[in-house]
Amino acid sequence: MSKKISTEDVKHVANLARLAITDEEAEKYSEQLSSIINFSEQLSEVDTSKVKPMTHVLDMKNVFREDEPKDWITKEEALKNAPDQADGQFRVPSILE
Amino acid sequence: MNFETVIGLEVHVELKTESKIFSPSPNAFGDEPNSNVNPIDLGYPGVLPVLNKEAVNFAMRAAMALNCDIATETKFDRKNYFYPDNPKAYQISQFDQPIGENGWIEIEVDGKKKKIGITRLHMEEDAGKLTHGDDGYSYVDYNRQGTPLIEIVSEPDIRTPDEAYAYLEKLRNIIQFTGVSDVKMQEGSLRCDANLSLRPVGQEEFGMKTELKNLNSFNFVRQGLEFEQKRQEKVLRMGGEILQETRRYDEKTKETVLMRIKEGSDDYRYFPEPDLVPLYISDEWKEQVRQSIPELPEARMKRYVEELGLDQYDAEVLTSTKEMSDFFEATVKHGADAKQATNWLMGDISAHMNKQQLELSDLKVTPESLAKMTKLIDEGTLSSKLAKKVITELMKQGGDPEKIVKEKGLVQISDENQLREIITEILNENEQSIVDYKNGKDRALGFLVGQVMKKTKGQANPPMVNKILKEEIDKR
Amino acid sequence: MSLLDLTIKELQEKLSNKEITVTELTQACFDRIEETDGQVNAFLTLNKEAALEQAKQLDEEGIDADQFLLFGMPIGIKDNIMTKDLKTTCASEFLSNFEDPLYDATVITKLKNANAINIGKLNMDEFAMGSSTENSAYKKTTNPWNKDYVPGGSSGGSAAAVAAGQVPFALGSDTGGSVRQPASYCGVVGMKPTYGRVSRFGLVAFASSLDQVGPLTRTVEDNARILEVISGVDEMDPTSANIDVPNFREALTGDIKGLKVAVPKEYLQEGVDEEVANKINQAIDTLKELGAEVDEVSLPHSKYAIATYYMLASSEASANLARFDGIRYGKRAENADNLIELYKQSRSEGFGDEVKRRIMLGTFALSSGYYDAYYKKAQQVRCLITEDFEKVFESYDVIVGPTSPTTAFKIGEQIDDPLTMYANDILTIPVNLAGVPAISIPCGFHSDNNMPIGLQIIGKHFDESNVYRVAHAYEQQTEHHKQKPAIGGVN
Repeated sequence: MSKKISTEDVKHVANLARLAITDEEAEKYSEQLSSIINFSEQLSEVDTSKVKPMTHVLDMKNVFREDEPKDWITKEEALKNAPDQADGQFRVPSILE
Repeated sequence: MNFETVIGLEVHVELKTESKIFSPSPNAFGDEPNSNVNPIDLGYPGVLPVLNKEAVNFAMRAAMALNCDIATETKFDRKNYFYPDNPKAYQISQFDQPIGENGWIEIEVDGKKKKIGITRLHMEEDAGKLTHGDDGYSYVDYNRQGTPLIEIVSEPDIRTPDEAYAYLEKLRNIIQFTGVSDVKMQEGSLRCDANLSLRPVGQEEFGMKTELKNLNSFNFVRQGLEFEQKRQEKVLRMGGEILQETRRYDEKTKETVLMRIKEGSDDYRYFPEPDLVPLYISDEWKEQVRQSIPELPEARMKRYVEELGLDQYDAEVLTSTKEMSDFFEATVKHGADAKQATNWLMGDISAHMNKQQLELSDLKVTPESLAKMTKLIDEGTLSSKLAKKVITELMKQGGDPEKIVKEKGLVQISDENQLREIITEILNENEQSIVDYKNGKDRALGFLVGQVMKKTKGQANPPMVNKILKEEIDKR
Repeated sequence: MSLLDLTIKELQEKLSNKEITVTELTQACFDRIEETDGQVNAFLTLNKEAALEQAKQLDEEGIDADQFLLFGMPIGIKDNIMTKDLKTTCASEFLSNFEDPLYDATVITKLKNANAINIGKLNMDEFAMGSSTENSAYKKTTNPWNKDYVPGGSSGGSAAAVAAGQVPFALGSDTGGSVRQPASYCGVVGMKPTYGRVSRFGLVAFASSLDQVGPLTRTVEDNARILEVISGVDEMDPTSANIDVPNFREALTGDIKGLKVAVPKEYLQEGVDEEVANKINQAIDTLKELGAEVDEVSLPHSKYAIATYYMLASSEASANLARFDGIRYGKRAENADNLIELYKQSRSEGFGDEVKRRIMLGTFALSSGYYDAYYKKAQQVRCLITEDFEKVFESYDVIVGPTSPTTAFKIGEQIDDPLTMYANDILTIPVNLAGVPAISIPCGFHSDNNMPIGLQIIGKHFDESNVYRVAHAYEQQTEHHKQKPAIGGVN
């Protein structure tokens, strides 16, 4: 019942999650995530063949907003917390390599 | 070995609701960067999406117009990926339960009709807009973030770039008539990605496909596909292998250029959006939306032919854009004769638009003024010839045709006595022409008509001139 | 006797009679905080200037305190609830510069409308991930009963501040026990309302399908009053339920005769400290004496709750925390020279270990090839866990048991072992998975360490009234809630 998550897996997942990890951390996560995943293998013993996956615990449906535009914040406020900005826009390092 | 081409198209269409799909920010194009955003659009911590009902109505309307089955139960999912224009790092989209499925549209290429299937139509939110400076930075404007979008995915039924072009034209045309989008490629309210693969004729399995991006007009789609078709064929004929690539169309060189090679499929980690409850679409709701769909081009075309007596070609041209078709109908509604309205719209007005690269809405002429002008022609107040001057004036300056006719002295002379007086004068001055005419030279009559027109500055009523001329000649 | 020892009702009487002013009450909180927070470390940000200004205004307006449920009442706010103009960090380094979150959470707007006074923002486990408040990027909050012990988590700052009498009331959030467990560890009253009862708009999402805001107080009556104020459907939260909010205080009659109480055998099994179990059994006896009918029942899928929870909560968290990318707000890494590096460095520098671990776990559970085995499977087991509760509630009004298998543990004792840490939540997690309401109230002290023990009372969906009814009847019958902790004990 071992489903070891390799350091390779860990690095792949870290890349998907945009987290930088060192080799040492990859080692640690490999161990910790494997033990959590191993622990979670107990779920496989539950027969769920006739069970619908549950996303919402309350039986709610069709909740809408009417199509009415509303003012909320100003352009200045929109940029207020930005780490970097110029000319009224958010600035990031070039995405073109 | 001969190859068969298989083309797939993914079309994104922005819905023109008043507000965004999950936030109450105004849904507007062309405003100052980051002026139509709120904390929801910016993906602030703690915000939640609330679904705009009209966006669902619009998506449903489009799906129905494209002959899709409408889901009874549908939901939203999170599509996870990091990009600066995607503020939550997930896009709220629909994964396994799109609102519309199994649709189709009919296209015509070289006189042959063909049904193209639509696999699915789903709702999602648009991303912000990224621009790339030459200063080593990219800039993000989130105004567009949260604009309601529908994504329409075609079945692998398209076999040629021409069919792809026809499919896009037809799709745009239908959606335009539903009124849910401006479908303007230059403003980005319609965007298209294409994919293309080749397979040996007779083979069932699809070949490896490449994806094309940066297709900014239907013509570029066609050209890009044509280039890609040839490129792939060449590679295959030389024994090469097609890689799963994303390629960019270069408008200048008219070539497709490699952007990146895909390794496996992207892992978007879709899962059901816990912040939005599911949608149940009742039969009543579907019916309500169905009722709200305006008459579509096909139906209008049929009506123009059957009820208004237009010929098929004219009806097709008039219904090729909603703007033109709406203008035509309004003109008829204001009392114009359908054929006359058609002639003006397809003649002088279209010629002017093409020449000046203008849209109907850029012109000052209104259905009302066009109708009034055609009425003046019918009454005999304005000759068709002088009407060309009036229509030019109407297109450029607008105004009341009656006034224009008066002010510019374009009123047709239909007074018999007045015309007879002028004609008598002309005949007196051109005895030789009378002789020529009587000797069988028909051209002489034309010359005399011309003289009358010259004298009246073109205002004489032509049929009357003809009639009186003949009468007067006979008298001599 | 200090002002801070009084209930809302008593305080409002004093305000009405002009015995005290709102300013005096507000100042008393700040004085108490100054006096004790060096030891407790509950507050991350104080709202002193604005709070005193608001108090002054309320005093000047001369409104009758009775007109508003929380007129002039000082309240502390967990730092994952958005407050306009007031720094909100989620106890994360990533949001260390988030001075103005631009908007108020709906619960904050409701508190403002009720004329409550926001005293400041309270420490927590970073992004509400943890059970000890040791995962805060800023400080370690201590348990006022013994400063060597953790206050529990993730709303540890909220529980400790209330226990130490720094504020009479606080808001916390509960995803897997984060209000109830620290309430239990700190000997206060903590409520996790029905999912959908309180708007989540402005609560920084950890696991969207599980999160709820809940009050921490010293008495059941105060708790009911605050819940009444913050509850109700919200047009900004499509998962908030369109269900009337009753006057919860009307249920506080002390009468529980004939009420049917279920005790799940799984909640008193191995893993639960013997003395904790004894104290719970004593509490059950008290309920019997009050006329309740008590039976043993079974919630057979309980043992799968932890695995289910960690799959679902981590998966949702991996998406919810992806927005922290250093582009629109938050701290951006300084030396990133391309976009990918900017993402990776900003997030790695900004997030602590536990947060990263859960993002990794959730990303893995959702990733291609594993979704069905982990995420979807957990969603299915969640359905079974919920059905367990539904079955019991067909015949019973409430379910009771311990809040936590143990009392508070010592600081530093468990932090290195995620699985041990996660096991703390075994009795609170099923409640979140089923979306039902539950409260933790003090029911005694452990003889080994003199730390408080919590009794958990669980109700049907939207039946907070019966939960409060039982909690209040028990409270009136016992003296535990009147005990004072070592630090900041108000007397």
